[in-house]
Formats: sequence, C-alpha cells, structure tokens
Amino acid sequence: MNGLPVLTLLTVLPMVGAAIALFAGRHARGVALLTTLIGLAISLVVWTHLPADGSMGLVERMPWAPSLGIEYHLGVDGLGALMLVLSALVTLMSVDAAHHVHRQPGLYFALVLLLEAGLFGSFTALNFFHWFLFWELSLIPAFFLIKLWGGAKRGPAATQFFVYTMAGSVALLLSFLAVFLSTGTMDFEQLANMAAAGTLEQAVVAHLGPVMLWLAMGVLAGFAVKVPLAPFHTWLPATYAEAPSPVTMLLTGAMSKMGVYGLLRIAVPLFGRQIAQMRTPLLTLAVITVVMGAWAAAAQKDLKRVFAYSSVNHLGYCLLGIFALAVPAAGVAAQTSQAAALNGVILQMFNHGVTAGALFWFIAMMQERSGGERGIDHFGGLRKPAPVLAGMMGIALFSSLGLPGLNGFVGEFLIFRGVFPLSWQAAAVSILGLLVTAAVILTVIQKVFTGPVPEKWASFPDMHGGERLAMAPVIGIMLLLGLLPQLVLEHVNPTVVNLLAHWRF
Amino acid sequence: MLIQEELTAAFHPGMQACASTVTQYLWLIPAMPMVASGVIALMKQPRRKPAAALAIGSLGLSLLVALAAFAHVVSDWTQHIAVRETVNFTWMQVGASHVELGWVLDPLSAAMMVMVCFVGLLIFIYSVGYMEHDENFTRFFCFLALFAGAMLGVVIANSLLLLFMCWELVGLTSYLLIGFWYQKPSAAAAAKKAFLTTRVGDIFFLLGMVWLFAQTGTLLFYNSGAGSMEPLALGGMLATPSALGLTAAGAIGLLIFAGAAGKSGQLPLHVWLPDAMEGPTPVSALIHAATMVAAGVYLVARVYPLMSAGIVPGGTTAALSVVTWVGASTALFAALIAVAQNDIKRILAYSTVSQLGYMMAGLGMGGVAVGMFHLITHAFFKALLFMGAGSVIHGCHEEQDVRKMGGLRSAMPLTFLTYAAGMLALCGVPIFFSGFWSKDAILESAHGWTFSHGPYFMLVLGAVLTAFYMTRQVSYVFFGTWRGHGHAHESPAVMTMPLAILAFFAMALGLIGTPAWPWFRAFLDSRAAELDMHAFAEPGWLMLLATSTVIVVVGIGSGWLLYGNKSPDAEEPDALERALPPVWAVLRDRIYVDELYGVTVIAFYGWWARVADWLDRFVWGGVVTAVAWLFRGWAQVNRLLDVHGVDGGFDKGCDEIAAGGGLISRVQSGRVQSYLRLLALGVVLLAAILFWSSRG
Repeated sequence: MNGLPVLTLLTVLPMVGAAIALFAGRHARGVALLTTLIGLAISLVVWTHLPADGSMGLVERMPWAPSLGIEYHLGVDGLGALMLVLSALVTLMSVDAAHHVHRQPGLYFALVLLLEAGLFGSFTALNFFHWFLFWELSLIPAFFLIKLWGGAKRGPAATQFFVYTMAGSVALLLSFLAVFLSTGTMDFEQLANMAAAGTLEQAVVAHLGPVMLWLAMGVLAGFAVKVPLAPFHTWLPATYAEAPSPVTMLLTGAMSKMGVYGLLRIAVPLFGRQIAQMRTPLLTLAVITVVMGAWAAAAQKDLKRVFAYSSVNHLGYCLLGIFALAVPAAGVAAQTSQAAALNGVILQMFNHGVTAGALFWFIAMMQERSGGERGIDHFGGLRKPAPVLAGMMGIALFSSLGLPGLNGFVGEFLIFRGVFPLSWQAAAVSILGLLVTAAVILTVIQKVFTGPVPEKWASFPDMHGGERLAMAPVIGIMLLLGLLPQLVLEHVNPTVVNLLAHWRF
Repeated sequence: MLIQEELTAAFHPGMQACASTVTQYLWLIPAMPMVASGVIALMKQPRRKPAAALAIGSLGLSLLVALAAFAHVVSDWTQHIAVRETVNFTWMQVGASHVELGWVLDPLSAAMMVMVCFVGLLIFIYSVGYMEHDENFTRFFCFLALFAGAMLGVVIANSLLLLFMCWELVGLTSYLLIGFWYQKPSAAAAAKKAFLTTRVGDIFFLLGMVWLFAQTGTLLFYNSGAGSMEPLALGGMLATPSALGLTAAGAIGLLIFAGAAGKSGQLPLHVWLPDAMEGPTPVSALIHAATMVAAGVYLVARVYPLMSAGIVPGGTTAALSVVTWVGASTALFAALIAVAQNDIKRILAYSTVSQLGYMMAGLGMGGVAVGMFHLITHAFFKALLFMGAGSVIHGCHEEQDVRKMGGLRSAMPLTFLTYAAGMLALCGVPIFFSGFWSKDAILESAHGWTFSHGPYFMLVLGAVLTAFYMTRQVSYVFFGTWRGHGHAHESPAVMTMPLAILAFFAMALGLIGTPAWPWFRAFLDSRAAELDMHAFAEPGWLMLLATSTVIVVVGIGSGWLLYGNKSPDAEEPDALERALPPVWAVLRDRIYVDELYGVTVIAFYGWWARVADWLDRFVWGGVVTAVAWLFRGWAQVNRLLDVHGVDGGFDKGCDEIAAGGGLISRVQSGRVQSYLRLLALGVVLLAAILFWSSRG
C-alpha cells in the first residue's frame, strides 16, 4: 500500500484517541466511537490488501536495537488480519454498549482505547520484544476497567485476573529469554524457520542443556492461562462476571483470542515437537476444557457466569483443534484434516468473538433495564414485553449453540471434521460439549424468555431504535458468515496452508 | 430384496453433466418460502392478511416448481431415462480440497418435494382458519414458512452437509412452533425437550458425517461417480474395517441412522414426539406427523446406498438389520402405548411414532420404495387425522380429552366423514384405502425377510393394535352421546375443504402402489411400470390380503366391542382398565420411559454439572487459594525477619524481599501500584540482561 506504515498507524490511532478521550469529558464516548470506527475501517482495508498466497503482508521492518535482536517488525497474514478486524469490531461494540458510564467517562474510554491499541499491537508484532510489551500493555487497562467500574466483588476479581495472567506472562517471558540467550534473535519468523530446520533445539541444548520441554511448558502456560485451558481457567468466571459487561465483551471477544493467537504464532511454530511429545495430556486437557466448561455452565445461576463458562467451552474447541494437529499423520487426507481443523480454529476464534461479544452486550441491556439483575432465575417471560430483544438475543444464542446457518456452526464443523480423523477419541468425547451447550442455552431461553411474565417485568422495555440499529449489523455478520464462510476463509485458508507447510511436529 | 443397481441397469442413466433448466432452478423451491418468512419477520405485527398470503403464495409457487420438476422426471422415466440431475457448487475451500454443496433431482426427491409442498399448502390454508384468533398470527406464518423452506432444503439436498444444515433448521422451527404458546411453561419445556432429544441423535449424525467426509473426501451424494453414495466411495468404505466387526460403511451408516432415529422418534429417542403436541394442531399435522418426522425416514432412503453397501441378493447388512429391528420395535411399542392414552392428539402422536417404525422397518427389509410409499400415504392420512383432530378440538372449545367428547358425528358431519376415511386408511382397511397398500407392502417384505420372523410378528401385532386404538378413539369422539361442555360446532370451510382433499388422497393414493400396477415402486427404482392384473391372483398376495383382513377385523371388532356406542362417563375407568388394571397402568404411564430417563440421563446431567462446578470452586480454585496463602505466609515470615533483629546493612536487601512478599500477600487487597512497579522492574531487568548478554 504505497509504503504507508498502515499497521503502525492502526496501532497509534487508538493511543491518540485515548489521549483525546481522556480530556474530552462527557464527549469521550463520541471520541471513542469515532476512533474505533476508523480503526474498523482501517482493519478492513488491511484485510482486503493481504497477499493472496497467505504469507505476511504489509510488512514494516526497521532496525531498533539490532545488537539485542530487537527489530521493529510488523506484518499480518490472514490470521493476524482477521484478529485485527475482530478486535476493531468488538471494541466498537463495547464502546457502543457502554453508554451508561457516568463516572469518569474520559478515563474509561481512554482505557478502552488503550486496550484496543494493545490488541492491535500484539496482533501485528513479529518480534517478541514489542509483542510482549503490547501483550502486557493490554493487561493494565483491562485491570483498571474491572477494578474501577466493576461489580460488587470487583477487587478480588481484578486482582485474581491480574496475578493469574501475570504469572502466565512471567513463565512465558522466562522461556523466551532462554530462547533468546540461545539463539540471539527474537524474531518470530526467524525462530520459526530455525525450529522447522531443527536448529532451534540444537542451539538451546548447546547453551542451556536439555530444557526444550520446560521452555515449551513455560510458553504454553502463558497462553493456557489467557485462553484459558483447564485447569488454568479459574480466574475467568469471577473476572467475566465482575467486569462491567462492555468490558467483559472485550475480555471474551478479543483478549481471549490473544492466547489462541499466541499458540498459533509462537508456541506451535517454535515448540511443535515438544507439543507433539505432550499431545496426549494436552488433548486430554482440551477435551476436559470443552466438556467440563459446558457442564460447569449448566450449574451457574448468574447469566454472566453461564456465558463465561460457555466461553471456556467454545475456546476449548480451538485448543482441541490446535493440539490435534500434533497427532502424527501423513498423506494427503491427513493434510486436508489438518487444514480443516486449523481453518476451523481460526473461524471459531472470530465467530466466538462476535457471538460472545453480542451475548454480553445483550446482558448489559438486560442489566440496564432491570437495575443490574443478572440471575438466571430472576427473569421470566420476557419475550412478551420485549419481543425484539428476545428475537435478536435468540439469534445470538442459537449462534452460540452452533445452529447451522449461523456463524458458530461452521467453525465447529470444520474443527470436528479435522479432529475426528486425527484423534477420534478426542472428537467423540468433546462432541458431548455440543449437546451440553445446547441444554445450557435452551435452559437460559426457557428461564429468561418463556413462561408467564412476572408482575415486575410486565413493562420491561424492549430494545429501542438505536439499539436495534446498533445490533442489526452484528446479527447480520452472524447470518452472513453462517451462509458464506468463504468470505473469511478466502484469506484464512491460504494462511493455513502456509502455516502448516512451515510447522514441524 | 430390491437392489437398485441391478434394476436400473436396463435404464439409460440421465445426463448428469448438464442439468435441465428445471433442475437449475430447483433451489427456488426452498428459497421462496424462506424469503417469504424473512419478509414476514420484518413486517409489523398486525398485518395478518399479507403474512398469510405471502406464506401460502410462496409455498404455492414452490409447489408449481416442484410439479414441473416431477413432470420432468416422470416424462424422462417414461422414455426409459433414469433421471438423476445434480447441481453442485463449492461452499468453502479448506486446504487443497473443497467443501461442496448441491441439490439433486431424482425420483426420490421429486416425489418427496411434491408431497411436502402439497400437504404443506393444505395445512397452511387450514391454519388461516385454525389460528384466526391467535394474537401472534403473523409470527405463526413466519415460522411455518421458514419450516417449509428448511424442509424442502432437506429434500433437495445433494450433500449430507446441506441436508444436515437444513435438518437442524427444521429442528429449530419445530422448537419454535412447539413452544409457540411460550407463556405456557409446559409448551416451553416440550420445545426444549424436543430440541435436545433430537440433538442427541444429531451429535451421532455429525460424527457420522465428519467420518464420511474424512473417508470419502466429499459429502456430495452424487457427483458423476465421485460422490459419497456412488460405487467408488462405497467400495472404499467397505474395504475399511472399523470397530465391532463393522466396516466403515456400516459404522457410518449406523451413526447417521442415530440422527434419523432422533428426528423420526424411533426408540429410544421417541420421548419428545408426544410432548411436541403442545404446539398448535396445524404444527402437529405438518411437522410432527406428515413431514419433519418423516425426514429421518427420508434420510435413510437418501443414504440407502451406504446403508445397503455390500449387500447380496436376499441378504442384509448390519446397518439395515438395526434399522429393521429398531423400526419394528418402535412400531409395536408405540402402538401399545397409544391404546391407553386419552388425549386425542397424544393418541395420534404415538400412532405417528408407531407408523414411523413401520416405515423404518419397510426400508430395512423391503428397500427404499417400500418405506417411501408408506411415508407418502401416511403423510396424507395422518395430516388428515391431525387436522380432523384440530377441527374436533376447535369444535369442542379446546377440549382434548376424548372421554369428554362423544356423538360428534351428527354435530360435525364433514369432520366425521373425512376423519373416518383417515382412520380406515391408518387401520389398513383392504382395497379402498391407501394405508392398506403401503402397509401391506411392508408386511409382505417382513414376511419374506429370511433372517428372523420377529419383525413380521411385531408388525402384525402392531397393526392389530393400530386398528384397535383408532376404533377406540373414534368411538369415544364420534359415537355415543355428547359428554362435553357447551355445543360442539362444525369448523369453517377454510378448515374442512383441506380435510376433504386429503380424504380423497387417503383413499386414492393406493392406486399407484398396488401389486398389479406398482407405479410408485417402479418410479423410485427407475424401471418400467407394467400393468399385470395377474398379480392379484398370486397365492402369496392372497394370503397377505387374508391376513390383513383378519388384522383389521380383529382390531376394529374388539375395539368396537369394548367401546362402540358405550359413551362411558369421563370419570369411569376405561373398559380395558377394568379388565387388565396393571397392564393399563403401565401403558397409560407410557411404560415409564420418561421416568427412566429422569433418573438416569437427566440426573446424570445435573449431577455432573454440580461436579464440574464443585471441581472449579474447590479443587482448581482451591489450589489457587492455597498458593495465595503460601505466599502470604512467606511474606509474613519475611516481614518478621525484616522487623526483628536484622542489622541495618541487610535492611536494603530485606526491603526488596518484603516488598515482593508483601506484594503477593495483598492478593486479596489488590494494591496494583506495586505490581506495576514490579512490572517496571522486570522490564528494566530484562533490558539489563539483554545488554549484558549481547555485550558478552
């Protein structure tokens, strides 16, 4: 694109927006809306300017501190660009949903924009140094958003969130330091090439001894917490529940994808062999994440906790798809299965982001209308007074359930298509998750929307024009990608082929 | 046993590469009702007439296209060309391979789409009268149209994936329509139960589908030799062994059949269908009698090449044996329960479950044409019975208990006459009613099944029970004296006209499936239909005719003896209850299947949810809490060390340790400033290490 540093501009944009929003007082939301809209537009431009062969596009390289192996190196492929679009979209939705921030709106929206900058930065960085900076940068605004605007138990929740993810980050950092000390580079592409050629392991062993497996565990720990992988998920339900709903949208819609992205960009390319060694325990944990996540959701009484656990379940499918790649298999059929699984994982990341974001948005609307109520048993019969809310939220719920025709189905289908031939046991057990999720979601619909209307909700306000208008495009995306997944896959699939060709397990 | 490949050998295969015009536009058939549904959804609530007109109009147009397609297939068939035209397209690209969808026009889809459009259209028209006073009239038509679109999608699909997608959409509309009166908690619960029970079957279906995809590399049924239902792919699956002594073909077939069993209410997944009667009666007629529940049967017919892969003449396959036994058991089991039900719609619901069992058994033992013929005739007479029941319920002011009706034959003469036609067809009264011919074909193939006589006896007993419970129902409703409240009244013409049309077909449809002129079977099998009156004189057929006559006479006779013109009081015990109280109790309580599931599956679900929650709170969460406490303790020790007896020179170092320890000790208090300090420290340290190492 004519040498314009688009990715840098994209990351700087929300930072500038944040600075303006901080001093914009009650106009802060307007500033944030405008910034996120521009961000979405740029990310879509990025999406349409990807190289057709699935390699890195819009690359920006500049020496920074060459003696340290630090280089300013940005670039996106189908995976990165899709995450940019998702981050921009979810942030826009979140800003849109947050129209009841009365306390310090300037600071609130500045933090949201800063978080967006962290997301953009970490999805474009190709050098560990600034990738890690952005990875941590996104954590700080998230912490303060929970801590300052959250629910009743926000304090412990925010701290748990921070400490837990921090612990993962420390493990990640230590592992990467070891890699750097052994190889002298922090460049993802360079390291991936070394790993594919087998020289990475040689270098590490030569410098530090046989610690490759430990390093892999450290890196995996960082991402396992973020995604999360059971049993590293206990921070999540409390955090999602206590964060203000628009912030929960960001956490589940975009931030949880940083973990999956990290697995695909760093963990698998660098530590493919080690992951293959650990594939059985990892696959088992992924299956547990899927099944127990769904079942734990069934036991919750708080709508936000229900969908928090449901998010654990949905991202569990991504982990399942990724770890199944490490199962040894050869031949054209196996390649197709791997491609299906990985396409499914990336689609699922996007679809879950949109759908879970929308669901927490709906919960925000319900909380606004009911004075903060979010107990699943506190509602009932809402379809009568609020048919549009019931209808639109119903579509989002069925998308989350994986109904064909809506976006959620395609990713899950491809993941199962890919995983089944690679590890039929894992597929056969985790398919239970689909059943349990359906039970959970239909129970939510039953308890919240059907039955007689209780007296106090008789005049529960339906969605007003502005809300309908804001939500309609999101619902539109669910339908569009459910019917025409090729719109996303046309850039994702070449990237998948490209990635798989470079990975060695 | 009929084996399709042999029979079609004499026929020229249709040109697959260039699909005819009508095939190219086949997608319009499902698309038009779907678009209509979308338009209705976006309309304002009170505009009833346009909503109904849109739904009926779109389905009418679909019927026209379907008829054109049907005519095309028939005309080619009469010229001895076996039509199977497909249009396939790439839906998405995965790796180097494509995921393709498409649609197919062949005798099977042509017959089915005409039936669905025609019966659907009549039920749409009927609904205008039935739902007249409902406040959500427009939404009803929106869902109905969406259903019709999705169902027609199932019918024309040439890809298991497209079929599955439409299949799930059909399930969604079924869910929405069962729960149409969502303010009734029982309706909402029934809707959920229906969706989840069928989804149990669907997860097996999904597994079967991904397995089929992985095995054959395609989910298209037919694709000029490269489809998954064509010999090349089937041969590959037959050569692949899988668990339990099954070939991959057998295992995949069984997994897909599990999906079909869920949708078609086969044992042990039948529990949702009787509860589905909570929906408005036209829904019961359309979705839960004529079309959607038959989709499972249609699916088995569609993947019949897979189910019967490797079959030898006179033989069977593992998958087909399972289909047979499940079907026959369901047929008998549901007929037994139907005997002891008192809700007019529930009797019909169990009857539907039972008849679906007949269709499955017919597929298992006699082939596609046998099962499909019963599907088509059943669709007409069961839709007729449900709509008749709706008319009765309407006329009796929403009463559904047959004991509180009676003598309606004079108050509702049109309903009575048409209902009687449906009832006689269901009972299988010989010669004049379609049900006789289609059920006869199933019994005939069961009789000739060489592996066991079990299914035959089960089906015969089921047929006796069918005649019995229908006689009981009709006696209660139409004979004797009126025992309800107020005055019963006949329904308006918009409701009775469709009844009359369906009654005509309930009788006349038999004509296309007699042994003398097996037009339908020949059509589905793509071979010439010849008129051969001698077939009526064959001893085998005469035996069957005699058996059928005995079945009907015994069933109807015993029913009439016990219930005919008795008009017992609603509070009085049933005639059968007095004779056999324990048997009656078991049957009335639906053989306790729901209760069994309550203490097993449902209990397990709840228990496991609590386990998952408990693990989270106390085991995983407990580890975290324990670690936090450990850090706190450590911090306290540090603090004590720091405060007591440490000399000044050590102070500085200790401060740092204490800061670190105190930091973690504040896990619950959340002083994040210190964390940030630590983070800053970490970054500085990192930079320092980097400098140091790069210099070195």
